[in-house]
Amino acid sequence: MNKIWLVIQREYLSRVKKKSFLLATLLTPLIFPAIMGIFIWIAVNEKENQSLRIIEVVDENNLFFMESSDQYAFSFSDRSVEEAKELVQIGDRYGFLLIPKIDLEDPQGITYYGEENPNMNLISYLESSLRKKIEDQRLYDSGIDPQILSEIRTSVDVTAITLDEEGGERVSDATVNYAIGFLAGILIYMFIFIYGNQIMQGVIEEKSSRIVEILVSSLKPFQLMMGKIVGIAGVGLTQLLIWIVLIGTLTTVVTGFLGMQMPQQQAMEMAQADMGEAVPNGELGEILAVIQGIDFVTLVGAFVFYFLGGYLLYGALFAGIGSAVDAPSDAQQFMLPVTIPLIVAYMGLFVFVLQDPNSTTSFWLSIVPLTSPIAMMGRISYGVPFWELFLSMGLLILGFLATTWLAGKIYRIGILMHGTKPSYKTLWKWIKTSN
Amino acid sequence: MLEIKQLNKTYGKNRALTDVDLHVPKGVIFGLLGPNGAGKSTLIRIINQIIDADSGEIQINGKKLAPDHISQIGYLPEERGLYKKMKVWDQMLYFAQLKGMSKAESKSRINAWLGKMDMLSWREKKVEDLSKGMAQKVQFISTILHEPALLILDEPFSGFDPVNAEIIKDEILELKEKGTTVILSTHRMESVELLCDQVAMINKSCKILDGSIREVKSSYRPNIFHVTLEDLQAPLPSAWKAVEDGGLWHFSLALDGKTPNELLAELMQMGQVARFQEKIPSMEDIFIHQVKNRDYEIEHV
Repeated sequence: MNKIWLVIQREYLSRVKKKSFLLATLLTPLIFPAIMGIFIWIAVNEKENQSLRIIEVVDENNLFFMESSDQYAFSFSDRSVEEAKELVQIGDRYGFLLIPKIDLEDPQGITYYGEENPNMNLISYLESSLRKKIEDQRLYDSGIDPQILSEIRTSVDVTAITLDEEGGERVSDATVNYAIGFLAGILIYMFIFIYGNQIMQGVIEEKSSRIVEILVSSLKPFQLMMGKIVGIAGVGLTQLLIWIVLIGTLTTVVTGFLGMQMPQQQAMEMAQADMGEAVPNGELGEILAVIQGIDFVTLVGAFVFYFLGGYLLYGALFAGIGSAVDAPSDAQQFMLPVTIPLIVAYMGLFVFVLQDPNSTTSFWLSIVPLTSPIAMMGRISYGVPFWELFLSMGLLILGFLATTWLAGKIYRIGILMHGTKPSYKTLWKWIKTSN
Repeated sequence: MLEIKQLNKTYGKNRALTDVDLHVPKGVIFGLLGPNGAGKSTLIRIINQIIDADSGEIQINGKKLAPDHISQIGYLPEERGLYKKMKVWDQMLYFAQLKGMSKAESKSRINAWLGKMDMLSWREKKVEDLSKGMAQKVQFISTILHEPALLILDEPFSGFDPVNAEIIKDEILELKEKGTTVILSTHRMESVELLCDQVAMINKSCKILDGSIREVKSSYRPNIFHVTLEDLQAPLPSAWKAVEDGGLWHFSLALDGKTPNELLAELMQMGQVARFQEKIPSMEDIFIHQVKNRDYEIEHV
């Protein structure tokens, strides 16, 4: 036990003391808010400095009226098409919208001319304005009073309340839950890959530099392997802790500096926008209510558990692979069975878990140990029955014990083998060998 | 000190050790000889408890080999290395502590050794900045820091320049004086003759000979005598292929069942005996002869 502790210390200190660790740990949280800050700053600046874009509208029906927005103003005229086109060409107008005589039941031939490619926003804005106008006109034509029409329009916002087993209620919000699942899942995925690789590199270093022969004459291979895995886990946790503290401090500073509301929320919205989801229009207060509704003890507890559990499960496999090969380039052939479940979990997170956390596929992804660390984190903020959580955690512990046992068997033989490129068959032989 | 009985080890279908017995007395330098792939490394790894034997028994000072013995054994493998990015001091401290020494004691011994070897200025250097010879010295010190009762050195001189090899040789002899038992595995027969008190030779997984150097040499002497005669009474038989050099005749003669005295008596009648000396085989001769002979036997049985 004492010797494992020595190995843990060495693995931990030799990494934490490195300049590259310090650099990566300090720069990463600086870079993210910096990029975020720059984006926000540019966006704000752009909005402020942008000159109004004027769009010429030639409506041969004399029917349409387009409401101007912050960015676009519409000028109505009965200029000819040629004249309007010329206005665009000489730069007097940003664009030109031609609405020829149309049949309201089948509007055809509405065309936009512009010097530059119009962006999606503009086109959809034009389309929705025109559609609304045509719909209104048709409703009016069929005899409905516009007064009544505008009274009928209602704005709806559904508040979701999650009931727990004791009958308590909490405000939940799919968007916030999505963001939490998304961030936690990605963080675990990245952590497993980055630190799993560090384990593998470390094992290969000891093997190829032949230090291992000296080490195993002083302690058991299994102690050496576990010491390395645990030591590197410590490095990861340290990094995570520093990040949380740094990001917390920095976002507060950045928020204060820009005088804007919670960049975290912006970040979530950005993430959402990336995923093709609608940007939430929730107010700060609402979001805060939702965040307060989250069971942070369970969330943080589960995160730390799956963070470590997933890492240990895969870390052992990475150690096993490292022990079997002589150089990192030889490791490729064995990486596939480790990479595939990770990628399945990662894809599953987006395709199934975050879309429908309670579907059968999501359930199984969050139960099977190879995918559960990532998938369960996608589900947890939506609320998961305790038996499912315990089953998943229990299986993860078993899974971790199994991969460690398997890796240990490969490791104790692999680290002493040089000059042979093992196949899966040889690995299987090593696993079966008793001593 | 070290008692090995009927040790067997196989890797799949390959026999690495077959019924090996070994007796290493306390305080000797014991040469473990044999060609590559003979099973020496396997034997050493088993003594170091890196791998387990299939069958057989190993005792150290009368006690069955157990994990407790790790702190009493020092091992310098043939293929050896250090952490390149670690400082000399940290590295030595790590290895010493892994062998079960306390931090405080490790520190004072490292300082003493670095001072003795004139290496104090290297303390804070990283291994990657050391020359190969320097790194080897660091490695050697790391092996003996915990003052092992049994020191196993696998090709300790490879990678050393002659000056440093001499320093290491002296250190080994000094350790022996202090009562350390040393197992020296090597191909270099000249260092065997120089250092070893006893030897054992392993070939094709079997021990083929052992004993003190003198015993081994005498049991493998070819019973050939180098003779020099002067003042010949009669011409020598041409079969003896004698070579003349200024009135001296040099040749070699086999005993052919006679005792040396009988042979000498015959020679005395042929002329004045200027030299009558038994041909003593070098360890190298025995090594090559044994390995070739066994190969021949195995191929022809």
